[in-house]
Amino acid sequence: MERPFVEIMDVAMRYGGVEGTLALKDCSLTVGKGEFVAVVGPSGCGKSTLMRLVTGLWPMTQGNVIVAGQEVDRPLSSAGMAFQAPTLLPWRTILANVMLPLEVVEPHRRRLRSERAMYDAKARRLLAMVGLKGFEEKFPYQLSGGMQQRASLCRALIHDPALLMLDEPFGALDIFTREDLWLELQTVCQTLKPTVILVTHDLREAVFLADRVLVMSSRPGRIIAERKVPFPRPRTMEDIYKPEFQALLHDLREHISDARRAGATLEASHAA
Amino acid sequence: MPRDATPEPIPTNRGPTRAEAMALAARRRRRLQAWLPWIIILGTFLIWEAVVFAFQIPQFILPAPSDIAASMYKWWWPLLDNSWQTLMTTLIGFAFAIAFGLALGVAIGSSSLLYAGLYPLLIAFNSVPKVAVVPILVIWFGIGTVPAVITAFLISFFPIVVNVATGIATVEPELRDVLRALGAKPTDIIRKVGLPRAMPYFFASLKIAITVAFVGSIIAETVASNKGIGHLMILASSRFDVPLVFAGLIITGIMGVVMYAIAVKIEDRTTGWAMRGQEGQSVATSIGG
Repeated sequence: MERPFVEIMDVAMRYGGVEGTLALKDCSLTVGKGEFVAVVGPSGCGKSTLMRLVTGLWPMTQGNVIVAGQEVDRPLSSAGMAFQAPTLLPWRTILANVMLPLEVVEPHRRRLRSERAMYDAKARRLLAMVGLKGFEEKFPYQLSGGMQQRASLCRALIHDPALLMLDEPFGALDIFTREDLWLELQTVCQTLKPTVILVTHDLREAVFLADRVLVMSSRPGRIIAERKVPFPRPRTMEDIYKPEFQALLHDLREHISDARRAGATLEASHAA
Repeated sequence: MPRDATPEPIPTNRGPTRAEAMALAARRRRRLQAWLPWIIILGTFLIWEAVVFAFQIPQFILPAPSDIAASMYKWWWPLLDNSWQTLMTTLIGFAFAIAFGLALGVAIGSSSLLYAGLYPLLIAFNSVPKVAVVPILVIWFGIGTVPAVITAFLISFFPIVVNVATGIATVEPELRDVLRALGAKPTDIIRKVGLPRAMPYFFASLKIAITVAFVGSIIAETVASNKGIGHLMILASSRFDVPLVFAGLIITGIMGVVMYAIAVKIEDRTTGWAMRGQEGQSVATSIGG
């Protein structure tokens, strides 16, 4: 069997020294190449921590993370990331923002000068894909939050990252914009086929987008349930209202409620 | 509770007229804004003149603006010559402050170790009154231009360092993560994010730094120099030529305002993105809405 693209093995993460908060414990999961995995869980369960450990941004307290057969002991060199806030650079145009990774990641960094036109066209194509055609020369503050978030997605994708990490990228958006972006993200992922880890607390989002949904327990976080999402792609918004979809949602919802209850009892026993 | 009358019907033709009225009001407001500083300066001088005249204040205590103007006319060449000297010393000191302040600001802002290590020293240094430093500089470099340049530098580099360091140190962690996950080196992050982000802070600090640079060079000139507007004022006050002292003060103020205005112009040109005005706002709402 082919080796999974991302392997997380018994990872633990504690903040602030020995007495600090234990954010993750015995957390293990694998993600196959080209797979779209969503991680859901109650708030404060260490989802975002997990993202930063996988990309090597923070050193973990215990365990191993292996990405593409390589042990992660420093920041990965070409992961695409998008966060809840668009974090665009306000002094750059949308186009220049999207092209930022090309100025950093090899081999694009070397080629950018000589093949500017090619990269430029690629960035414009990507922006058009998420409905931002005509906004390339605008500055971020001239765009709405949802549009900035689309640009931020383009920035995460421009350098064809093998691994795409999305940390609640649609969390701050209204429901309609969010659903639009699900469809757009689905299209982009079907075209470019990156490996995606999406962290979210929106169950519908997780089920709609992912091939597999993982449920995390409350702090210290670990994976307590796993569900495959069997629906064929491309999925449409109509699929959300089908009974199978609703049943899966309901099932996941139960797990999260359990996790939250367990977390609450744990906190109560700590307080006592 | 009395029942409210039926709401006033909104006339349909009110829209455009109201918009026009608002535009007119905005134009009038902008014109007033442009003229206001001049009106206030002129008003101040007029009141000053009136007060001196009404209370018969002797010239050696508070000269009237007309006396100051006469003195400026009479001593125009020494005033011009000495203020040119002061302007040059200030600008040289200021240029050094920019170079040094930027470099140290970047270093301190990007390394928490340097920040922790150097900050107390910088604060201590900035707390030392620069008047006290001038005699030491005179011992080292003798009386003349050099102590004035150094004093202007010493007094004006601190705001630049602090502002640049703040701009670089407050880069959003998410932004840093985006770049680090791409494998960016620390120097990449400073170049692509830290420096551009620090620019508005830098230009804001220039506005403060240029005005205090004048303070620095003039302090040094009054203590130990044989040229410059500070030296001229000391000479004039020793001769009880108070109108000339005031003439020197006013010229210093004018130089400060002019340099400040130049700094603002440069700021507008280079960091317009950080100061999106009314136009930018309306674009944002029309697209976002």
